[in-house]
Amino acid sequence: MAAGVATWLPFARAAAVGWLPLAKKTMPKPPVDNSSRSDEILYVNVSGVRFQTWKNTLDRYPDTLLGSSEKEFFYNEDTQEYFFDRDPEMFRHILNFYRTGRLHYPRHECIQAFDEELAFFGIVPEIIGDCCMEEYRDRKKENQERLAEDTEANEASDAPLPPHSTSRERLWRAFENPHTSTMALVFYYVTGFFIAVSVIANVVETVPCRPPKGSVKDLPCGEKYQLAFFCMDTACVLIFTFEYLMRLFAAPSRCKFMRSVMSVIDVVAIMPYYIGLVMPENEDVSGAFVTLRVFRVFRIFKFSRHSQGLRILGYTLKSCASELGFLLFSLTMAIIIFATVMFYAEKGTKGSTFTSIPASFWYTIVTMTTLGYGDMVPNTIAGKIFGSICSLSGVLVIALPVPVIVSNFSRIYHQNQRADKMRAQQKVRLARIRMAKKGTANAFLQYKEGRAIGARDSDSTALCVKNRSAFEHQHNHLLHCLEKTTNHEFTDELTYSELCMTESVGFRTSRSTSLSSQQGAQNNSTGCCPRRARRRAAMRLANSTVSVSRGSVQELDTLHIKTTSIPPQTRSSLNAEPGDLKLNCGEQDFTAAIISIPTPPANTPDESLPPSPAPIPGILRNTRATAYTHETVKISSL
Amino acid sequence: MLNAIWETEGLQTVGIVVLVFASIKLLHLLGLISFSEDSVEDELELSAVRHRPEGLEQLEAQTRFSRKELQILYRGFKNECPSGVVNEETFKDIYSQFFPQGDASTYAHFLFNAFDTDHNGSVSFEDFVMGLSILLRGTVQEKLNWAFNLYDINKDGYITKEEMLDIMKAIYDMMGKCTYPVLKEETPRQHVEVFFQKMDKNKDGVVTIDEFIDCCQNDENIMRSMHLFENVL
Repeated sequence: MAAGVATWLPFARAAAVGWLPLAKKTMPKPPVDNSSRSDEILYVNVSGVRFQTWKNTLDRYPDTLLGSSEKEFFYNEDTQEYFFDRDPEMFRHILNFYRTGRLHYPRHECIQAFDEELAFFGIVPEIIGDCCMEEYRDRKKENQERLAEDTEANEASDAPLPPHSTSRERLWRAFENPHTSTMALVFYYVTGFFIAVSVIANVVETVPCRPPKGSVKDLPCGEKYQLAFFCMDTACVLIFTFEYLMRLFAAPSRCKFMRSVMSVIDVVAIMPYYIGLVMPENEDVSGAFVTLRVFRVFRIFKFSRHSQGLRILGYTLKSCASELGFLLFSLTMAIIIFATVMFYAEKGTKGSTFTSIPASFWYTIVTMTTLGYGDMVPNTIAGKIFGSICSLSGVLVIALPVPVIVSNFSRIYHQNQRADKMRAQQKVRLARIRMAKKGTANAFLQYKEGRAIGARDSDSTALCVKNRSAFEHQHNHLLHCLEKTTNHEFTDELTYSELCMTESVGFRTSRSTSLSSQQGAQNNSTGCCPRRARRRAAMRLANSTVSVSRGSVQELDTLHIKTTSIPPQTRSSLNAEPGDLKLNCGEQDFTAAIISIPTPPANTPDESLPPSPAPIPGILRNTRATAYTHETVKISSL
Repeated sequence: MLNAIWETEGLQTVGIVVLVFASIKLLHLLGLISFSEDSVEDELELSAVRHRPEGLEQLEAQTRFSRKELQILYRGFKNECPSGVVNEETFKDIYSQFFPQGDASTYAHFLFNAFDTDHNGSVSFEDFVMGLSILLRGTVQEKLNWAFNLYDINKDGYITKEEMLDIMKAIYDMMGKCTYPVLKEETPRQHVEVFFQKMDKNKDGVVTIDEFIDCCQNDENIMRSMHLFENVL
């Protein structure tokens, strides 16, 4: 029942007095109304915008948030109002719903935002008034289509396959997305090339070539070079057959695949050849055989796998089926009408070409589509009048459904463009997301580092600690608890990958940046550089341990390292106090570098640098790490 | 031969006539010619009927509602009918919403006539509030008067059996089909008979206002139920 009618309930109850004298039985007692009858103004504060309304207005819809006791959760005792931290613009519409009983959908708002507001306030979208319902439905459908497309695009993206896919799945994927592997791409282009070759061969076959010696008549090339064309045809058909069989094998659902349009086209393209092989060279059936050759032209449709535009066109025509049907129907009607009229108009004249009504069909079609071949021409005045009316109406009838088809095509085309653009931006987005994730991971590892340092020198950590918010602290603490629970520790990709490598190599490497492994690093590092190990432990912010230990095992490799936070690792910087940590915490613009220094050459920079701890060695200034940036740096050993 | 000539001539004439008519129609469509003289005046839209009620003090004096109650009533009324008056259609719609199972339109019609005291086809706020005042705050005498007025369809001072039957049928219509026990055709008629037996003292086939009021005042049940709806507002 519309809540607006609630205001009339007292009236309806009062009017029941009219039944009282007629009542057969005694009336029931009226319900006792304990609630206060006085109407009061409620204040609703939505993000600073104050709305005021009667309590009764809100009570009209008791199954929504504002109409029920649920709003008491949002009551602010100090300011005596209900506070909602939502969008005030949208709230206006919601409040209007209570006031007028009709929910309107603002056209300039995002449909998802609107839906969310409705869900929050407990209003079902079905209540939207007729004036706005259509717009709402259209936008919602569009949005859902877009979401479906996006998920589809995500699924069909070039993301790496799950590791345990069978060869069949991989094959199918190679067929559907040729960009995934080089082999698939090669195959894709080869089939495209052969389709083109086949189509061109079909066309050239019929061109007249110079006749062979001893004959006057021009011969089509197909018959002159019969063997060559036959070989080419065979090759193409072999390739197509092979491709079709491969697709059939790889398809996840064979029945569905066999019913799909593309597979039908494939079959139709190759069948004529096999039928031609099987059929004998008989005069009677060769006519049918020639007809079959016509189907070879369907090979050109195989290009639709290679061309996006063709697919769009086909899809557009399919979605405009009703408009096309209407066009056809109206044209047929008009053709019949005008053909009849023209026939009877021209019936009297001698030698008229309008011999029957079906014969006039041809004239009508040619005239309505404004072709005007001129092979049939009316001679009488009546015929000319009706002929001109026919051509004028033809233009109109054809022009009417065309804009609908055009707008459909435009919509589908733009959707496709959007999908392509999204795919292109996908890579950038993913990269950015990965970076953000790294950031949070690094924050935690950095926190651990900071804690480790803090154990030694509480002074320096104080500054670092201040820079992090309470949220980060609690988050880091949570991750730390998880580490303790599972007795495993967080590390980064680099360390992990190197771990895998070195585990196979057999070196005992320090695995992470925790205190315990720092000890381990110290113990494991070669004895010749204990100070460096200590310094490394002190300066380690993240990601550095493996490279450190690498350096400690005196490898002279150049390391490609995706750096996240990397401290300098020179011997001299070993002396740098944890005061340098402050710099690391605050600054954001260091370039990252990790320098893995095997022992022997390290002596040179050591001597050239002042031993004092305070200044940072100048040679290292531009290579100092903060590694809050994520650049891949190529490192060569000094 | 002659036939052939006439056929072509005839078709020519038909063609020319068609052409002439089509061109006239086209010009008319384009607005260059107009056949009737009074086509432009249809553009002007009749403005909506607006009605402003009498002042709050007046209504306070005339009815037994307090100022606050009048304010609440008017706000609800104005919300539903921004133009200030209710016409019969809207009235029927609103009343029907309270009785979804049956057809309340007939009874609503009678109710409308009962409220529309000045019989101008629309119920203004004053009519509405006057009626409510009687029904909710009036004396028993006034209420019974109002009920009599409701039953007396042609307002001649007598309730005939036919009028009563109409009213009774309207009331039973509101019940709808799905009742227990099942409604029978003659139930309203029987009810009317019972009513007339009780009310019609001099058995002249009509019930006058005095008979009605007398009879109701002597009936315990009716008197008691008159106070049922007093605290509706």
